[in-house]
Amino acid sequence: MALSIEDIKKIAHLARIEVSESEATATLSKLTGILGLIEQMQAVDTTGIVPMSHAQELHQRLRDDVVTKTNQREAFQKNAPVLGNGSTQPAVAGGLYLVPKVIE
Amino acid sequence: MINSSLKQLASMLQAKKISSVELTQSFLTRITQYNPSINAYIALDEAKTLAQAKAADARIAAGNATALTGIPLAQKDIFCAQGWQTTCGSKMLANFIAPYDAHVITQFDQAGAVNLGKTNMDEFAMGSSNETSYFGGVKNPWSFDHVPGGSSGGSAAAVAARLCAAATGTDTGGSIRQPASLCGLTGLKPSYGVVSRYGMIAFASSLDQAGPMAKSAEDCALMMNVMAGFDERDSTSLQRDKEDYSRELNKPQTDQPLLGLKIGMPKEFFAEGLDANVAQVITAAIDVYKKLGAKIIDISLPNTGLSIPVYYVLAPAEASSNLSRYDGVRYGHRAAEYTDLNDMYNKSRAEGFGAEVKRRILIGTYVLSAGYYDAYYLKAQQIRRLIAQDFIEAFKQCDVIMGPAAPSTAFKAGEKVDDPVAMYLQDIYTISTNLAGLPGMSLPAGFAQAKDGPALPVGLQIIGNYFDEARMLNVAHQYQQVTDWHQQMPDLKRA
Repeated sequence: MALSIEDIKKIAHLARIEVSESEATATLSKLTGILGLIEQMQAVDTTGIVPMSHAQELHQRLRDDVVTKTNQREAFQKNAPVLGNGSTQPAVAGGLYLVPKVIE
Repeated sequence: MINSSLKQLASMLQAKKISSVELTQSFLTRITQYNPSINAYIALDEAKTLAQAKAADARIAAGNATALTGIPLAQKDIFCAQGWQTTCGSKMLANFIAPYDAHVITQFDQAGAVNLGKTNMDEFAMGSSNETSYFGGVKNPWSFDHVPGGSSGGSAAAVAARLCAAATGTDTGGSIRQPASLCGLTGLKPSYGVVSRYGMIAFASSLDQAGPMAKSAEDCALMMNVMAGFDERDSTSLQRDKEDYSRELNKPQTDQPLLGLKIGMPKEFFAEGLDANVAQVITAAIDVYKKLGAKIIDISLPNTGLSIPVYYVLAPAEASSNLSRYDGVRYGHRAAEYTDLNDMYNKSRAEGFGAEVKRRILIGTYVLSAGYYDAYYLKAQQIRRLIAQDFIEAFKQCDVIMGPAAPSTAFKAGEKVDDPVAMYLQDIYTISTNLAGLPGMSLPAGFAQAKDGPALPVGLQIIGNYFDEARMLNVAHQYQQVTDWHQQMPDLKRA
């Protein structure tokens, strides 16, 4: 199926990546080429073949239901991004991460 | 000294002919001299490195050194190392200082190895030329006009230029073996699950596997002894007994050390698309194996050609999910200006990711989106099984499989950068082993005239059955006992 500019914009929205009009056009031609490569799969009859989702056919190991992680909030928050919108402060306050208001 | 094996370096250290600080300093001096032109390293921290070397000297003096104590290694920048800038080659993580160690880093620390620095790589390991790195491309030490391969291009160039004694890499579709081939080194991608992925930044989790990149199979075996092993923090780490990967190498030498070994040569690896000069080098290497006692068997891996389309559904699908964590909230790049939460996500990701990473996220998002899942993702998983079954059939007839690791020698920088499909075809001989979860390695087998100039390294690929790494390493080692391709060094003043 041929992709359109509208498809690219929709996929980019789903992936939360902003694309400009010119980027969408450039992306369309590259993705069309890659999907052309992928289309080779359609020539194979895969009726009845069990999908292989992983290199190992093993069940997930279970661990004991005990606390294994220690609280490292301060260490992790040292990597917080800069808040932005005019502020050069880290996007943290009182041990929380700062994001734009989500609930009105 | 810079061309010494890990074993030789260890015995020099333990005999106190040289200290780890001196050895480390000599590599740091080479890095200062050559890294500005080669760009193999993203992060260096001389104080941290020398502190480790000093500690290693104390450990050697105390008499409890391991095989790697005091040996300076380079770590691919995909591994979190506490206190080190850890970028995965991306602007997204340009300011990220890892708050903890990857399992692989912990293992090397415990062995007393010295970390020289973090090596350059394609952004989030997505690339076959190291040109997608936010920190710039890497020069192939054999010819500065050519790429080192990727995604572990920095590690490959660092080993080839002798800017470290050995290095780590990761391989999702060929990212250890293809750069090893293009830079003339020995690199091993172990069976899936042998090396813990804890603290290794995820690309496609069902395919990613770490492994060594070194000068020889003997060195790779010593690296594997440290890297491999069960780790409960990786849910796909296998609970297997600890192995000595050097065990096959130390057997007494005979004229035909590989007598009875059955080598399968898949006809699909020698079909259209393989450079004729590379084919010649591979054929000559196979002839050496015949002299070592091996028997050559013609085999077929009929679904090889499908491995690329299958991979470019599955790997981007997994990547689109794995990379959704980079949202500008808790770490990584956040846009300077944004209106609401979605705008912050959209702009942070648009600015933080490079073009190839974005393309793969978009492909992954597309193939997983409503209405396309069965046609793409499920179909690819079904063909993945066909590819794995090809190998199961092949290993009924042979012990190891051999062929080229890459279809050509290193190509020129910029040559394929605007043509993703041409770039993806670089991994035609390596991807199928990742899909099947099998171990694969590349070792130097000679040089071939590139179409545009110099003679450049060619890698022979060995694919083994599950958990057969020790045998593969010996098969490579025996070749390296009767050839010296792995000991050749590029002339950096002329490259």
